[in-house]
Amino acid sequence: MVCTVRGLVKTYPAARGRRGAPATPAVRASDGIDLDVVRGEVFGLLGPNGAGKSTLVRQLTGLLRPDEGRVRVLGHDLVRHPERAARLLGYLGQDSTALDELTVSLAAETTARLRGLETRAARAERDAVIEELGLGEVAGRPLKKLSGGQRRLACVAAALVGERPLLVLDEPTSGMDPVARRAVWAAVDRRRAERGVTVVLVTHNVIEAETVLDRVAVLDRGRVIACDTPAGLKALVADEVRLELVWRTEPPLDVPEVAALWKAAEAARAAADASGRRWTLRLPPDDARAAIATVTGGPAFAALDDFTLATPSLEDVYIALGGRAEGAEGLVKA
Amino acid sequence: MSVMPAVSGVSGATGVPGVSGASAGLPGASGVSGTSGASGDAGEAGDVPAPLAARARLFPALVAVYRAQLSRARVARIPLLFVATFQSIGIMILMRGVVDGGSEARSVVAGSSVLVVAFVALNLLAQYFGQLRASGGLDHYATLPVPPSAVVLGAAAAYASFTVPGTAVTAVMGSVLFQLPMTNLWILLAVIPLSGAALAGLGAALGLLAPRQELATLCGQLGMSAALLLGVLPAARMPQVVSYARDLLPSTYGVEALARSFDGQPDWWVVCADLGVCAGVAVVSLAAATWAYRRAAVR
Repeated sequence: MVCTVRGLVKTYPAARGRRGAPATPAVRASDGIDLDVVRGEVFGLLGPNGAGKSTLVRQLTGLLRPDEGRVRVLGHDLVRHPERAARLLGYLGQDSTALDELTVSLAAETTARLRGLETRAARAERDAVIEELGLGEVAGRPLKKLSGGQRRLACVAAALVGERPLLVLDEPTSGMDPVARRAVWAAVDRRRAERGVTVVLVTHNVIEAETVLDRVAVLDRGRVIACDTPAGLKALVADEVRLELVWRTEPPLDVPEVAALWKAAEAARAAADASGRRWTLRLPPDDARAAIATVTGGPAFAALDDFTLATPSLEDVYIALGGRAEGAEGLVKA
Repeated sequence: MSVMPAVSGVSGATGVPGVSGASAGLPGASGVSGTSGASGDAGEAGDVPAPLAARARLFPALVAVYRAQLSRARVARIPLLFVATFQSIGIMILMRGVVDGGSEARSVVAGSSVLVVAFVALNLLAQYFGQLRASGGLDHYATLPVPPSAVVLGAAAAYASFTVPGTAVTAVMGSVLFQLPMTNLWILLAVIPLSGAALAGLGAALGLLAPRQELATLCGQLGMSAALLLGVLPAARMPQVVSYARDLLPSTYGVEALARSFDGQPDWWVVCADLGVCAGVAVVSLAAATWAYRRAAVR
């Protein structure tokens, strides 16, 4: 067991209102979290904005002291000894201010030096990681002058230098193009295969979660609402499929079949979500087939722009598990 | 447009599995990872603590931070260093119409030179740490096994180094403008590092302690304004209360030391005493900055 979390609670105190900033009530960002991360796995934390993902990883990395609960990483109690975290794990935060004005190669080299490597080893690691992530062309440029995705990639490079048995990465691939993403996952995978490195990863990208994670914990309002393999989670809603309908203009509710479909979807308490011309219906497969027959034949077809029928994604799981509907917007696809 | 909230059809029915394991029997669950779902497995790590990686030692870490900070100058600091120098030279040109040689001229030149140090080491460093703290950039250093003093001292040393060209140029220009002897200007070799360390420590502490970034900026600006008014204006003309404030400001002792060295026969003991105060303040303020860094890094 690489990382064990038990009964973790963290409450941010209420803030008094200032001029221009309304008062905010106390927020329970971690509300009794239990987690077990096994050696060599890529463990994901998935959830909408404000679910408490970053608060959780900041407690795993010793940056934030929990109010209650235990955090053990590789046999060390990080609540009692938060300073040990830096010697056990590599952390990629969301912010790059500390590195922004350095060149990519100096950012990697300095970070390696500060991780305790000798000059020669730090330079070797720097060159290796820059090569590995394909940053050679921009190695001499300051992070500030790079595009968002490249800058993020440079930060990943800094997080990877210096061997650590555990990597905690907070949205490592945000803003990256597919080539860069692939480079990151290849680098992570190589460390896992060669050294048995464990990865705890924050993401709110469901597609990525499905492809790279071994296990995923779904967080909502500071609680773990589910934890399993992506396939295991999807099997929870395997009895449903997702039907998306896009209408050319207004939905033809004057067509009785369409109105009936809408009503039936509601009546059947199938998860339904509609904003104007785009409908998302979660239905049993037979109902979905019937619905497609309805909208692709007869008068409704003229109003139909597009439709998709898909097996459930982690996003559907999230909604099915009772996540906030508005929070689902925080889960990006693609 | 009405947005219908998603109605979750299966919630409640699923009986949300707490943490892993509850749904281990699901088809397809095993295909992804062999190690998954093994929450009962104690693993080989068990309760035997894994070895900790080496800490970064103080001096190499300090050098690494210093080098990195110095490289930032090329990108971000050079325009500001010009501003700092021109500001001081401008003040001296202005003051040339007011003072006419003698001890007042010495204190104007010394004050303007040390003002460059205050601008960069106090004001800019306070802003830098304020920004780093507000944006969460401190997390980067806080998750590296580096002694807090290495980060603070490395940054302070770099900012003190930034002031060298501007201070030297200002002192030389001032000596020319006011026809002061340049023979003892080598004293800058002691004045810049000592007052630089004192002011940088103060700037770092202010930046790290200020609850908001804007306050850090404000404190830095105020500190610099104080150094300007209390350092450049001749002390003899100040009201009593203001001269107490002047005694409290660490830059004052750097100014005094430099001003005295313009004498034909400087009293070196007094110069050394002034520099000693600078050194003492430097030790205290850098220690305070290190404490402030620790406090800011773990919340």
